[in-house]
Amino acid sequence: MSDLNTAMIEKYRSSFLKEVEANVEEGEWVKMCMQCGVCSGSCPLGKHWEHPPQEIFMMIRAGKREDVLSSDSMWMCTSCYNCIARCPRGLPITHIMHGLAVYSKRLGLTPQKQPTAEFSQIFWDNLMKKGRVNELKLGLSMYFKDGFGQGIKNAMANQKLGQNMMKAKRMNAMEFFGGHSVKDLSGFQKIIKKAQEIEAGNIKEFK
Amino acid sequence: MAKIELSFYPGCSSQKGATSSNYLVSAQTMCEELDIQLNEIPDWNCCGASIGYGGGGELPRLTLSARNIALSEEHNAGQEIVATCAACWLSTREAKERLHEDEQMFKDANAALSEAGLKYKGESNVRHMVEVLVEDIGFDGIKSKVKKPLEGIKIAGYIGCQTNRPFGIAGESFENPLYLDKIVESVGADSIPTYEKKVQCCGGALAFSEPEKSQEMIKGIIEAAYDNGADMIVTPCPLCQANVEIYQDNINETYGTKFNMPVVYYSTLMSVAFGRSGADAALNGQVIPAKQLEEIANK
Repeated sequence: MSDLNTAMIEKYRSSFLKEVEANVEEGEWVKMCMQCGVCSGSCPLGKHWEHPPQEIFMMIRAGKREDVLSSDSMWMCTSCYNCIARCPRGLPITHIMHGLAVYSKRLGLTPQKQPTAEFSQIFWDNLMKKGRVNELKLGLSMYFKDGFGQGIKNAMANQKLGQNMMKAKRMNAMEFFGGHSVKDLSGFQKIIKKAQEIEAGNIKEFK
Repeated sequence: MAKIELSFYPGCSSQKGATSSNYLVSAQTMCEELDIQLNEIPDWNCCGASIGYGGGGELPRLTLSARNIALSEEHNAGQEIVATCAACWLSTREAKERLHEDEQMFKDANAALSEAGLKYKGESNVRHMVEVLVEDIGFDGIKSKVKKPLEGIKIAGYIGCQTNRPFGIAGESFENPLYLDKIVESVGADSIPTYEKKVQCCGGALAFSEPEKSQEMIKGIIEAAYDNGADMIVTPCPLCQANVEIYQDNINETYGTKFNMPVVYYSTLMSVAFGRSGADAALNGQVIPAKQLEEIANK
């Protein structure tokens, strides 16, 4: 269990809802949920959620901290915004789900090998290198995330797709050697590093 | 028509050798014909798209967009920002709204930006290209530029998620938006306003991390287009375009279907209808060729 997780259990022992309100993006909206279930019924991947959004909201209020934060449910969000568009009370549900997913990851509670959690980190690391996404390396990182052998297997399985994209000039092998970048890369990286420090500080200070 | 000048945020996938480089080519062609001048935001960066949140969290993610807006406000002062990519538009507009509502977040983002001497004001409008088409150019404006009507082609208008929600296009419903169908009609093709999958999710970024779950949804999108007698699908979103076009082989293999449905951009349709060449319309960027459009372009 991570130190931050232990500290947060200690700090918010009496209320998981308060912890979510303080530390999760748009978490202050959770208490507004009226349990109508429109979000769960509107989610395109709804059937794959162990606990759909409506249930997550109730579980937060019931103090089911461990069950919520160690669930892979939030990682089923495709960011389609159906739930936001339809919620009668205007809860920013998509952002709350993203926020819960990030918080669970920060505390080290996200299930191992959760593919979208892994992809999300790979995507972020990829864009941080040059300030712009390198699609070729993004694809390769995904293929090879579970080791070299599996990577080769994945690459072989998707060989035709890759060839199609190269032929249409929508994939470029040369991207492997550098690729597109922002010009002021050091400025870009300084900015984001600072933003990360501020955000980490906000959570540590129990704001 | 008076010239429209916009501060343009093209986004990562539009770059040379990337998945929607064909979108950029056709959008530039379309804008030339409509007298829209695109002034690229100098040194723009990735917006984080819809999946970067898991690695980036809240403030770092919002700061990505704040940097782009700050650069636009500095170099393209007074111009509205326009994006062609759904995720670019959504992230940028979302960041602007969040930084407007949350004073602390505004200060924190500016503290981060000051590391590179940038300042975020948040005064620019952030628009999607289809808003410019619908609101500034108008359907009649589009129609007036058509030299080669796309007669006899039936096209399913697939808007997808993020061009439609949570912001959408003013005056359109989230559940059954009609502007894309009207664009299809404006270029002389036949629309399918009752295409039931027009705002269905394709899986978005989860097409990479959860391919089976996503391809099941993509299958539904293509199947419904066939059921409605469509010759091709048109979309305003780069990820929708790629997801719906390039996995058809995989879907055929999994489900025993025989899909071979071209998926194009609105800008592809308009470039061809405006009389431009197949290359200017980026028809060579199709993985599944849009033969009917090629024939018209070659006429």
